[in-house]
Amino acid sequence: MAAPSSPRKPRGPMMLELESVDSYYGKAQVLSDLSLTVGAGQVVALLGRNGAGKTTTLKSVMQLVRPRAGRVTFRGQDITRLPSYKVARMGLGYVPEERRIFTDLTVLENLEVGRQPARDGSVAWTQGMLFDLFPNLAERRHNRGKALSGGEQQMLTIARSLMGNPALILLDEPSEGIAPVIVEQMARIILQLKTEGLTVLLSEQNLHFAQAVADAVVIIEHGSAKFAGSLAELKAQPEIRDAYLSV
Amino acid sequence: MGLFIAQLLTGLANAGALFMVASGLSLIFGVTRVVNFAHGSFYMLGAYVGYTLMQVLPGAVGFWGAILLAGLIVGLIGIIVEICVLRPVYSAPELFQLVATFGVILVIQDLTLMIWGPTDLLGPRAPGLKGVVRIMGEPVPQYDIALIVITPFVALALWYLIARTRVGTLVRAATQDREMVGALGVNQAWLFTGVFFLGCALAGLGGALQLPKGGADLLMDFSILASVFVVVVIGGMGSLPGAYLAAVIISVLNVFGVTYLPQSTLVLMFVVMVIVLMVRPFGLLGREEVAGEHGQVGEPERPIRPAGTGVRLLVAFLLALLASVPLLGSNFYNVLITDILIFCLFAASLHFLLGQGGLVSFGHAAFFGGGAYVAALLVTYAGTPMELALLLAPLGAGLAAIVIGWVCLRSTGVYFAMLTLAFGQLLWSLAFQWGDITGGDDGLVNIWPSDWASDNVVFFYLALVLCVGGILLLRHAAHAPFGYALRAARDSARQAEATGINTRHVQWVAFTFAGTMAGLAGGLFVFSKGSVFPNELEIARSFDALIVVFLGGVKTLSGGWVGGAFFESVKDVLTRFEYWRLALGLLIIFVVIVAPDGIVGSLRKLGERLGWLRGERELR
Ligand SMILES: Nc1ncnc2c1ncn2[C@@H]1O[C@H](COP(=O)(O)OP(=O)(O)O)[C@@H](O)[C@H]1O
Ligand SMILES: [Mg+2]
Repeated sequence: MAAPSSPRKPRGPMMLELESVDSYYGKAQVLSDLSLTVGAGQVVALLGRNGAGKTTTLKSVMQLVRPRAGRVTFRGQDITRLPSYKVARMGLGYVPEERRIFTDLTVLENLEVGRQPARDGSVAWTQGMLFDLFPNLAERRHNRGKALSGGEQQMLTIARSLMGNPALILLDEPSEGIAPVIVEQMARIILQLKTEGLTVLLSEQNLHFAQAVADAVVIIEHGSAKFAGSLAELKAQPEIRDAYLSV
Repeated sequence: MGLFIAQLLTGLANAGALFMVASGLSLIFGVTRVVNFAHGSFYMLGAYVGYTLMQVLPGAVGFWGAILLAGLIVGLIGIIVEICVLRPVYSAPELFQLVATFGVILVIQDLTLMIWGPTDLLGPRAPGLKGVVRIMGEPVPQYDIALIVITPFVALALWYLIARTRVGTLVRAATQDREMVGALGVNQAWLFTGVFFLGCALAGLGGALQLPKGGADLLMDFSILASVFVVVVIGGMGSLPGAYLAAVIISVLNVFGVTYLPQSTLVLMFVVMVIVLMVRPFGLLGREEVAGEHGQVGEPERPIRPAGTGVRLLVAFLLALLASVPLLGSNFYNVLITDILIFCLFAASLHFLLGQGGLVSFGHAAFFGGGAYVAALLVTYAGTPMELALLLAPLGAGLAAIVIGWVCLRSTGVYFAMLTLAFGQLLWSLAFQWGDITGGDDGLVNIWPSDWASDNVVFFYLALVLCVGGILLLRHAAHAPFGYALRAARDSARQAEATGINTRHVQWVAFTFAGTMAGLAGGLFVFSKGSVFPNELEIARSFDALIVVFLGGVKTLSGGWVGGAFFESVKDVLTRFEYWRLALGLLIIFVVIVAPDGIVGSLRKLGERLGWLRGERELR
């Protein structure tokens, strides 16, 4: 039951691999035997209904929630039980669902908090490059985080994690709660990041958005993967979509 | 006019050290969310270390060098404390952190005593600044002027560090969301250590800087603590400008208070604090704190249940044993056990507040001492008989709790704790400074039980009945629907409200109930001792109770009185050793880190493990 219905692995070298991960909040098990893989340079969408365990999956990668069983490997290295800051320094960028920008800090200061030295094999982002990518932020660089609109805050969280020069970025529901125009902009940005060589694992409830950006999808329900495969494969099996996604 | 300005300047000069200690405390709290109770101890260490350095380093360069070095050394000591004591308790509830830092206070007190001895040290005067300047005819010490000039520079340097450097940016970010800072690749552990270093160095600097004005003594740690809390709370936790503003307000107020209202200098400070908090619950420049972000240590609490037959039998046996104490025919034991019983009731009342209500009060002595003073004042001025006084003592304490609870429960978490502490101090200062009525430091004496109860044995039984009755009443309340509502409010205020519980009201009733019981203990205490002194209202007395509750086990139903009984009995033995504080402090730190379940919790676990083992063997 827990095994993905299409166990085919993505092409290319593996960037991130979760093997039979179990995660809990206190005594409540949220992820059970969850496995998924993200290939280098891919954009993978983690789909599932509200409460399916998407956020917990991303937190388990960051070690913000510590898996009680299973293994998380990033670029071939076991990162399970590393402190979060070490996970981040290995090249994982995390964009949380609630954004969690530092509202008392200015845009520039928010970026400064995210700054980490460049490591080989990843883009070395500068503030200038980020302001090219997010022109709205450039105008507001001296504004405090709390003065930004929801969309701007979302851009800022992404920009902030890019300052750490990640090889893989985890986006938790990037299209949630922002205006439709901004959603389109967000999709363009994700595709652009992909062309820069970044790998992306994003969580979504919105199949439409996932279709616009993702190469592959993983569907989870009750904390285990129910499907993994390409978008085309998902389209070929509408019964899966109907069973696990609210469209 | 001259006098006025001279006093203003003295106030500003005094604000220097206060600001440095308070800003250190504030910084540490902002990032680590730990209220460092040991901050006064670092201030004291700064003074002692500075004193020693000034003895060896010559001249003006030596003097100022000694001050800087003292700050540095105290900062390094702070690092040791942070790594050994605080790191293990960062994710623990506030109470555990408080108790851990309290252990540090005890350890530092005794280490200081060991190294520098018990005599007060007279601070050396600053070379080149020994004279006075005349301002409109009034003498102002040159050193005061120096302090007035130095403090803004320290404040400015601190501001630059926090507002303009990368480290400062990280500190501010961590103040808001430390987990996110970690997820962005910042090693929080070292950020915390760095902030702790800075905070302690500031306290040490403050202690060394005030040497020429105040010298060094072993009481400095507690004496600055209350003012520092007031400053931090008035200014707003985590706000540096707030700390400066409040330090100036309090220091200036104190100087003028000494001149114009000599009877009420201590009270004044707390009155200002209460007024500020009534208007701005998070201080002048503070931000609203998110309450309840602390996790729980160890396993979740178990649902309480009525005692089983075994426990009931054990309790009945213990009570029978207690009741037969007078058969020993020893006055010493009668009195000792009476003291223990009274202390148990006091501890149990605080335990009820803490354990069932989740309300960490730092000023519970207000009600114990309050009850004691009510009884003593009634006897002294109205010739009230003991029976009536014993009824009015808990009532008086309960009334005080109604008022104090109303104010304090407007805030939550750390602010609640500090407000209760301030009220405790307020009552203490009243008793201490209102000498005409309360006898001040000399206390109220000659308060003896009625004739029928004047025999030790009879009074023992009276205390036994009232204390055990009180403890059972507290226990009963925990099992009653009221107890359920109180725990619901503790665990999730929002959900409790959603089920129709008025959480604030429930907590207010609990606060009053606990205060009443503490007042009963206080009333009994007076008649047992025949006297009462202001130290029954002190911070130290509140802390005694907190520590006892903690060591007994917060998450258990009987932790309060068990801890009380245990410590009141070993206290006699313990205090005979010269360095008992050191031993107690280390024990406390050990318990916080290794056995956070306390005596009752640990025994219960042990018992279960043994029982479980037997069960398994039986299966075979
Ligand atoms: N901090 C938490 N404590 C307890 N349970 C949680 C917590 N966060 C999430 N959960 C529970 O875990 C499950 C999965 O949540 P989540 O990973 O946030 O799902 P999703 O992101 O897919 O909406 C849900 O049932 C949710 O109620
Ligand atoms: Mg989610």
